[in-house]
Amino acid sequence: MNNKSLVSIDQLSKEDILRILDNARKFEARPNRNLLEGKVAATLFFEPSTRTRLSFETAVNRLGGRVIGFQDARNTSTSKGETLNDTIKMVSNYVDLIIMRHFLEGAARYASEVTNIPIINAGDGANQHPSQTMLDLYSIKKTQGKLTDLTITMVGDLKYGRTVHSLIVGMSHFNPTFQFIAPDELKMPDEQKNFCDRHGIKYSEHTEFTEEVINKTDILYMTRVQRERFTDLEEYERVKNVYILKNEMLSNSRDNLRILHPLPRVNEIAYDVDANPKAYYFEQARNGLFARQAIICDVLGIKVED
Amino acid sequence: MSEKKKELMVAALENGTVIDHIPSDQLFKVAAMLGLDKMENTITIGNNFVSEKMGKKGIIKIADKFFLEDEINRIALIAPNVVLNVIRDYEVVEKKTVELPDELINLVKCNNPKCITNNEPMATRFDVIDKEKGTIKCHYCERKINKEDIHLK
Repeated sequence: MNNKSLVSIDQLSKEDILRILDNARKFEARPNRNLLEGKVAATLFFEPSTRTRLSFETAVNRLGGRVIGFQDARNTSTSKGETLNDTIKMVSNYVDLIIMRHFLEGAARYASEVTNIPIINAGDGANQHPSQTMLDLYSIKKTQGKLTDLTITMVGDLKYGRTVHSLIVGMSHFNPTFQFIAPDELKMPDEQKNFCDRHGIKYSEHTEFTEEVINKTDILYMTRVQRERFTDLEEYERVKNVYILKNEMLSNSRDNLRILHPLPRVNEIAYDVDANPKAYYFEQARNGLFARQAIICDVLGIKVED
Repeated sequence: MSEKKKELMVAALENGTVIDHIPSDQLFKVAAMLGLDKMENTITIGNNFVSEKMGKKGIIKIADKFFLEDEINRIALIAPNVVLNVIRDYEVVEKKTVELPDELINLVKCNNPKCITNNEPMATRFDVIDKEKGTIKCHYCERKINKEDIHLK
């Protein structure tokens, strides 16, 4: 196994996170740099994800590298029964870096154990998606000017939402305060709450999405409440409109408040919020490019100058 | 009947290991986990002995075999309360208990059907995160499994 791969957010120390975020800042100032000249990256998307793939491929291209890969495993030998081990070993003969997304959980970690080529996990089932967390952290740092001592309110599906679980881990180095807002069926699991307790992180839980909670918040992190998560559809009908952010709810919010969402959104943020300067979810997606440029350079051990 | 006489009902051991207090319903699993089916040593297996503590128990005696900790600790998963008697020259020279190791390689099946280990010909790997409670965590998909939900491969 090599230790250059980025498989999971919890493998990054505070110093690692700050270094990558600082490099993302440099890429935002100047995104086009020939740091990957002569290098080839593979984007292996065993499960389609257009947004993530385009972001990674743009990152490689803006760094002067070239990209090979596939965006749907149906057209590859995986559909003929080739093992992941064999696919990774084969591709490793050709490239300097593998960016992979897989529908199976643990696929990226396993891949990192069967090759010496660095692996970047672009999502493995419901498990990990560390570049999403890095772009969330970058967005928080950029809009707040700091990562420390912030109050972050997470709303929606906190049970299955991997982005919120990873964000807790990523923020754990920076003395955050969390407010978790979710219906009982989708509340934050004990595992994450125990993690907060072990790390001395303050949190409170609410079932009501109120202005009172919003007004104490620096970062409002919205997620989608998905119908298929509910065992009781009556419960879904009852809660589906409870966790919707409307512009009028922001009238007494803090000036520095910013609204984040991993996207795609459905109806959990009303369209009248989009025009509010506190809405940040589209810029957040743009930050993904810089965060991914920084991650690529980090796993390849490439130094980024100012 | 004294404890000594009961043991003699099976067979006296000059040198080797007696694994005692095996839950009766786990006896053959324990034997398989220890690879006894491939061992050339003289082995005596007894089951459904009356036990004050457990009701029924199984015993395994293996001549001229002394287990390394790594070898024996794997059975802690299914038989946490066994006692190992190390026998030299017909005397019990050491009594040992078993403890869950830090890591379980290719012993347990992951309960997550979407885990890579259930879809690829590969060894499973679990970190033991709570030895007291017997909680383990898949090294790949990060699923936590409680002791009562553990299934052997």
